[in-house]
Amino acid sequence: MALFKLSINNRAYSADVEGDTPLLWVLRDNLGLVGTKYGCGIAQCGACTVHLDGKAVRSCVLPVSSVGKAKVTTIEGLSEKGDHPVQKAWDEVDVAQCGYCQAGQIMTAAAFLKEKPKPTEEEIVGAMSGNLCRCGTYHRIREAVKVAATKTN
Amino acid sequence: MKIAAAAGGGLFLGFNWSDSTAAPVVVDAQQIAAGSVKFNSYLSISSDNSITIVSPNPEIGQGIKTAFPMVVAEELDADWKLVKTVQGKLDSAQFERQVTGGSGAVPHSWERLRKAGATARFLLVNAAAAKWGVPASEITTADSKLLHKASGKSASYGEFAEAAGKLTAPTDIKLKDEKTFRLIGQSVRNVDNKNIATGKPLFGLDFYREGMLFAIIQRPKAFGFKLKSVDSAAAKAMPGIVDVVTFENSVAVVGKSTWQCKKAREVLKIEYEKAADLESSEDHNRIFSNLMDNGEATVRRKNGDVEAAFKSAAKVIKAEYQCPFLPHSPLEPMNFFAHVREDGVELVGPTQTPDRARGEAAKITGLPPEKITVEITRQGGGFGRRLSADFAIEAVHVSKLVKAPVKVIWTREDDMTGGTYRPAVRYRFEAALDKNNELIGYKLRGVGINSGNPTREDNFPSGSVDNLLIDSVEHKSAITTGPWRAPITNFLAYAEQSFIDEVAEAAGKDPVEFRLALLEKAKKSPAGEVKYDVDRMIAVIKLAAEKSNWGKKKGVHQGFSVYFSHRSYVAQVGEVVVEKGKPALKNIIAAVDCGIVINKSGSLQQVRGGVVDGIGHAMYGNMTFKGGTPDQSNFNGFRLIRMNEIPEVDVHFVDNGISPTGLGEPALPPAGGAVANAFYKATKQRLRNQPFINEEAFKGIS
Repeated sequence: MALFKLSINNRAYSADVEGDTPLLWVLRDNLGLVGTKYGCGIAQCGACTVHLDGKAVRSCVLPVSSVGKAKVTTIEGLSEKGDHPVQKAWDEVDVAQCGYCQAGQIMTAAAFLKEKPKPTEEEIVGAMSGNLCRCGTYHRIREAVKVAATKTN
Repeated sequence: MKIAAAAGGGLFLGFNWSDSTAAPVVVDAQQIAAGSVKFNSYLSISSDNSITIVSPNPEIGQGIKTAFPMVVAEELDADWKLVKTVQGKLDSAQFERQVTGGSGAVPHSWERLRKAGATARFLLVNAAAAKWGVPASEITTADSKLLHKASGKSASYGEFAEAAGKLTAPTDIKLKDEKTFRLIGQSVRNVDNKNIATGKPLFGLDFYREGMLFAIIQRPKAFGFKLKSVDSAAAKAMPGIVDVVTFENSVAVVGKSTWQCKKAREVLKIEYEKAADLESSEDHNRIFSNLMDNGEATVRRKNGDVEAAFKSAAKVIKAEYQCPFLPHSPLEPMNFFAHVREDGVELVGPTQTPDRARGEAAKITGLPPEKITVEITRQGGGFGRRLSADFAIEAVHVSKLVKAPVKVIWTREDDMTGGTYRPAVRYRFEAALDKNNELIGYKLRGVGINSGNPTREDNFPSGSVDNLLIDSVEHKSAITTGPWRAPITNFLAYAEQSFIDEVAEAAGKDPVEFRLALLEKAKKSPAGEVKYDVDRMIAVIKLAAEKSNWGKKKGVHQGFSVYFSHRSYVAQVGEVVVEKGKPALKNIIAAVDCGIVINKSGSLQQVRGGVVDGIGHAMYGNMTFKGGTPDQSNFNGFRLIRMNEIPEVDVHFVDNGISPTGLGEPALPPAGGAVANAFYKATKQRLRNQPFINEEAFKGIS
């Protein structure tokens, strides 16, 4: 066990855990940030996507010891009031069925749109195809990313 | 567990779950509606005008938590903006059928929900009439307001909630004319959208309790194994581990975090012994071919003289179709919380059958059901998997053994290899055509592995063929199976609709015309009982043909499929286009008759999602076994459909004003057939086995 100091959503946290504990489980089991979801544990589904210094990463395969001073953003910290353009677009397009994968989808989309504010449909599909949605809300995810892109400007 | 959270540089020690800013996973309807007047088990109205509507059925992504309250609000004439919806906990005294399964919630509760809303509206109107001294019949309602036009008197529902709550509810209540619905039929957004998009705790896996322990369980690694011995010394010595306990054939590692338990499980030394045949997929193929010819069949339906029909046939068409086992793969793996105390049990978690979880807990603990509470969380998908209570049973066992609140968590590998799969089935279809190419005989034999009855003997084409025999053979296996979204029909519909296409082609008839002719026959001179509505089936076929411009699109290869399941009718046209020499699935056009559409937005997505699920599993879903152990254990080996693989899905609803039927399942069954038949048009090769990806004809297809 070791004490890890983490910067998450612009707050300082610390957790006394083994260094190989994936960031996902530190967020969930130790810090009460349960918005980041466990889906596969092997970086195949994207449900656990968070931002590390603004880039989308899979927290289920990221040992807490490797986070260092990087700034972590989770779905809880994507916006103060839940009004990030991607979050608003997700509501407007009524994307969610069960909703379990959507935090990961939103975090992936938000990081993608920061890099590519005016994406083509092909680029959206390319960026979002790493995230699984078992309910099959892909049409609406694609649509919501488009809607969010119009809100970002 | 030493945990610290710090804000603004200062360090707080002893982070605790009850201090968490996060909202609780399960909310208490009574607390939400505190100070409100309770009109019935579904709804309360507060003097501040807010309305709380309880949705008793488990929400697994089918949209019930939005749709149920919409129905109540419609009859109440409530202002939807003032409605708070709450997931009800298990309460058998107040609610019936708190189950999510069989697409049955809406047909079961449609009248009940309408009456709940209409009764409250009636009482509000009568309270206002008494106060205003006007006839109740002259009072109108809209948007949570009462209005007496002649006198100009008006009031909000909140103002009369208390007075109305004191009146006696009528036993017979008049419901609205369905043509006057204002909320039903609109697009209403998922009531949990904001919580979902901001990461609020909603799901079973998000439920934490101060002092709660975690449990990761090692179940037998092969179907057919039983536990022989456990050496847990090394696991117990691992950091964070509180105990290792054994029950039935399972070994539970109990500790202070998920990760610690998962790591400790890896050092368990367990010996198993064989308790049943350890089957491999090659065994299953052998079993299928043996039982297809030699199995002892149970007759499911028989009309006319099928042997005579085949003897007199001018042409006989015969084909076999096979599907593999499938895991459900809800994205939230199985998990459940239990706290077994001396005087009762608290259960919390994602279950499609809370009552079953309670019943099992009662059996294990010996406590009466009334001492057991079940809170239902939002569920990260179900697809039938959460109809079982195995995970709840595990949580109860472990909590009882360690005498502490425990949450059992399944890893993805546990979830995928843990059983209760869609059963593997093989079908043999035979059709007899006379010299005029009329279908005079039809035979279907289904061989299933733990499938129960792998046929749906009364579905189309039954009723339309004079001489028909449907039977089935069962093989008992140690591999556990269970209902999987649209049980049996999730594969049967594809096989049957593909075969009907083969028969239509052999008869030299257009696939749509061929199906319509059979249905006309079922209507005019039915062969035995017809248990589906022929006219509704014809209507969706015609709508799908019309909307897809059937047979008239140049360069587009269309395939047709239609199915009746869970009381709803869905026809689909698949469209394949050849691009750079390769066929690609571009579109699915769906025509749906589920009666009145309650929530347009939810229903549209339910159909699209069902189609995506159906074609995804038809194309890629495969689970194989070696020595009783599944070869696939996670999404790297088991392929789920992704965004870059979906066709466009165009959905059309039949507007016929009939009381609503289910929609969680009916869009899935026809999808595979529409795709396979369209690929056939493009390639002249039949896809007779799922997954399509392993078929020779499908190789190299985008």
